Amino acid sequence: MKTVDGYEAVIGLEVHVEPSTKTKIFCSCPTTFGAPPNTQVCPVCMGLPGALPTLNGKVVEYAVRAGLALNCGIARRSGHDRKNYFYPDLPKAYQISQYDEPLCAGGWIEIETGETKKRIGITRIHIEEDAGKLIHDEKNGTLIDCNRCGVPLIEIVSEPDLRSAEEAEAYLRALRNTLLYIGVSDCKMNEGSMRCDVNLSVRKKGETALGTRTEMKNINSFRFTSRAIAYEYERQVAALLRGERIVQQTRRFDPATGRTETMRIKEEADDYRYFPEPDLEPITLSDAYIETLRGALPELPDARERRIAEEYGLPRKDAALIAEDKAAADWYEAVAKKTEYPRAAANLLLGDLFHMNTADEFSSPIDPGCMAALCTLLGDGTVNNPTAKKLLERMYRDGIDPVAAVREERLSQIRDGETLGRLVAEAIAANPKCASDFRNGKTAAAKTIVGAVMKSTGGRADPALTARLTEEMLGKF
Amino acid sequence: MRTLTERTLAEHIAALAARAYSAEELTRAYLDAVVRKDGELGAFLTVLPERSIAAARRIDSRRAAGEKLPSLAGLPYALKDNICAKGVRMTCGSRFLENYIPPYSAHVAELLENNGAVLLGKLNMDEFGMGSSSEHSAFHPTKNPLAPDRVPGGSSGGCAAAVAAGEIPFALGSDTGGSIRQPAAFCGVVGMKPTWGAVSRYGLTAFASSLDQIGPITGDVRDNALILNAIAGRDARDATSQARKTPDYTAELEKDVRGLRLGLPKEIFGEAIDAEVRAAVRNAAKRFEKAGAEIIEISLPSIAYALAAYYIISSAEASSNLARFDGVRYGRRAEEYTDLTQLYVRSRSEGFGDEVKRRILLGTFVLSSGYYDAYYKKAQNARLVIKKDFESAFGVCDCLLTPVAPTAAFRFGEKRDPLEMYAGDVCTVPAGLAGLPALSMPCGKTGEGLPVGMQLIGRRFSEPLLYRLGVAFEREGGGTRENG
Repeated sequence: MKTVDGYEAVIGLEVHVEPSTKTKIFCSCPTTFGAPPNTQVCPVCMGLPGALPTLNGKVVEYAVRAGLALNCGIARRSGHDRKNYFYPDLPKAYQISQYDEPLCAGGWIEIETGETKKRIGITRIHIEEDAGKLIHDEKNGTLIDCNRCGVPLIEIVSEPDLRSAEEAEAYLRALRNTLLYIGVSDCKMNEGSMRCDVNLSVRKKGETALGTRTEMKNINSFRFTSRAIAYEYERQVAALLRGERIVQQTRRFDPATGRTETMRIKEEADDYRYFPEPDLEPITLSDAYIETLRGALPELPDARERRIAEEYGLPRKDAALIAEDKAAADWYEAVAKKTEYPRAAANLLLGDLFHMNTADEFSSPIDPGCMAALCTLLGDGTVNNPTAKKLLERMYRDGIDPVAAVREERLSQIRDGETLGRLVAEAIAANPKCASDFRNGKTAAAKTIVGAVMKSTGGRADPALTARLTEEMLGKF
Repeated sequence: MRTLTERTLAEHIAALAARAYSAEELTRAYLDAVVRKDGELGAFLTVLPERSIAAARRIDSRRAAGEKLPSLAGLPYALKDNICAKGVRMTCGSRFLENYIPPYSAHVAELLENNGAVLLGKLNMDEFGMGSSSEHSAFHPTKNPLAPDRVPGGSSGGCAAAVAAGEIPFALGSDTGGSIRQPAAFCGVVGMKPTWGAVSRYGLTAFASSLDQIGPITGDVRDNALILNAIAGRDARDATSQARKTPDYTAELEKDVRGLRLGLPKEIFGEAIDAEVRAAVRNAAKRFEKAGAEIIEISLPSIAYALAAYYIISSAEASSNLARFDGVRYGRRAEEYTDLTQLYVRSRSEGFGDEVKRRILLGTFVLSSGYYDAYYKKAQNARLVIKKDFESAFGVCDCLLTPVAPTAAFRFGEKRDPLEMYAGDVCTVPAGLAGLPALSMPCGKTGEGLPVGMQLIGRRFSEPLLYRLGVAFEREGGGTRENG
């Protein structure tokens, strides 16, 4: 993010994630994504007269797990509150949420930008229900799809500890990785199971008071969040430099233009007339319940990074890159356990597979067993690195078996000094200028010879041995 | 010889089992009574002749086939029109829901149907339960069958009037601040507001969720216990319904009342209560004493705050509960509107009556930021104090005895000032706020021959004790038309 000297952004994020429950938060309707409109509804989520909510205990469990993974305190007693407002996507005209007694509070998560690590505070985590969806239709006007009404949401509110788009993105990644690790949500931003509201203000560096903030709602990708922050920061700084005042408001980020625009100006704070939900009992959690959930938490990204580095002898940085993405780490470990060369596996994963995989989430079509076989071929010197990379590409694309391919296509590397020596001599003979260049101190000339040998062997020559032989021979001339 | 529609439920159950008459005959008898009387009385909003006769016939053929039938098989009943019965119009006494047909049945309606009871129709009420005279029904007033120039009470006025007139042997009403108890008193019948959480509210259109409770209205106490047996119990669809095991509410009916202590709260026997009413209830106390109970005077000082706390809390909850009536998905929608706000404003302005609007405005106000602490929160604090006062009272007595209402049934149009109407709830709102069970039953008559009701308030889930006292009182002569 481009920054203007002397001004810093102060950013807090409110992230809504949809927990992976099968049913809604206050009724037993399914939460399946993409069902035809108004097919996953019942009297409760439609807010029909007389219908009453009953709490889905799984939602509490998921939120508590998130709270534990994010180092929060868990409330032994928390409440449900009604947030009252009229809107056609809200059938009851109130949202059941948690106001002054959230399930979890006071946690933190560590983020990393460049070489810097930083703790970002988690103010609170609470549970609530989603609203429906309005569909604007040329012919029929505005239609309402209530399938999402009552879909559970876990809202995670950060402290205003973030200072840049990079930090915000790192925070979102760390948050998503943690939630994926503990299996609380699939965090699919494109399906709306993870959404982000940005609160941003700017101030002169060194000041402690907060400036007037604006809010950008429902941003549904990391990149958009980052762009919205960059734009909004510049807009606010420019306004201040012009001597203008920032107006508190809700803004919308338009991905097409990369700009944010005013959605709604808040003249005064909205009055949602919160009050305790009389249709539900307070949530009371026992120490035993909380400790059981704590005990059942899987290994989290940081711990796994340390363990992977140690267990497979990887540099910490490589281990971090692998551990960050649960799917990648699971796959890597499945491979690493099957080969004596886990470092080869890490190199191919980080250097090649990560680039082949263009989706937001890591997934590999390659069977870990096949991958392990490839790593063994590379590690024990049967094939050289360029061959291994080519094989990997074909495994990814066509699902070939690397062992069979090496055998059938005779791809094993030539490590026989006599054969290679002969090939190097031939190459030098064919490129006489190289020898004279080399003598004149142009050591790069050796590369031409190595390249020629690689070419003549179809890439199968042992690159290190070839290079050594080349230098030896050129030196003799 | 009493006519069919003058008999008690217990008598009907025995007669149906003995095949003295069929369920169809019984249903037709009550339908005839409705046809004969209800044009004048106005207790019903919807009558279901075909549906009820078909249901009665099914019971009869099951009986003919020798099937073992459930306890209420073939007994006609009606529901206050804020309780859902699948496929039957439910208006809540409001223009807003004039044509609303619920797609599901309330838990209590399901229980009664599974028990073989036959739904005859839906009963008139003050709009959304807001009122104490049934004059706030958007459709028509209901008359008091004992005095046609007087109101039947409210909001379950249709229930009490229909039972008192012999149009139906029992009805289910709902009580928020006295809506079962006060009309029962005005019409000389028996009404129970059970402990909050004893009966599932699933399918009861919410007025004030923390106070609303469904209960039976019947001709006598035993019948009332029979019906509570059928509708009480845990329902997984109502998170506030209590998990405790449901007792047999008829089990203790025959026990005498010797040694029981009845407390008379001195605050509810003051000037605000009509002298004739006070005298009738004190007289009832004497009869309990004669039957072996002990009468003591007790004090509930916080009762002074009950009315104010009740109107703040109930209106606050109502303002939120009734917000769903927005004209978007069901119910009334204004004919003409140009934008969303107009759709809301016009639909609600046209659909709600004045009393409902008044409560919504009041409730919205007391929840608004800046006023929440001064009103809503303070009212909740008062509610806690009232609960504590009751707890202390139950430290020295088993049950409280009070009037149900300051006066007997009043005349139509007599209470034009809303505050005067609200003041009539002074005896009933405390038990509502504390979530306690309270039985309303006739205990005597005024000089003009109007029934006076007494209220027995017990500890949470002490309904069996209240019924036991009620039956004992009936045994001692009761306060019914014959014995007043």
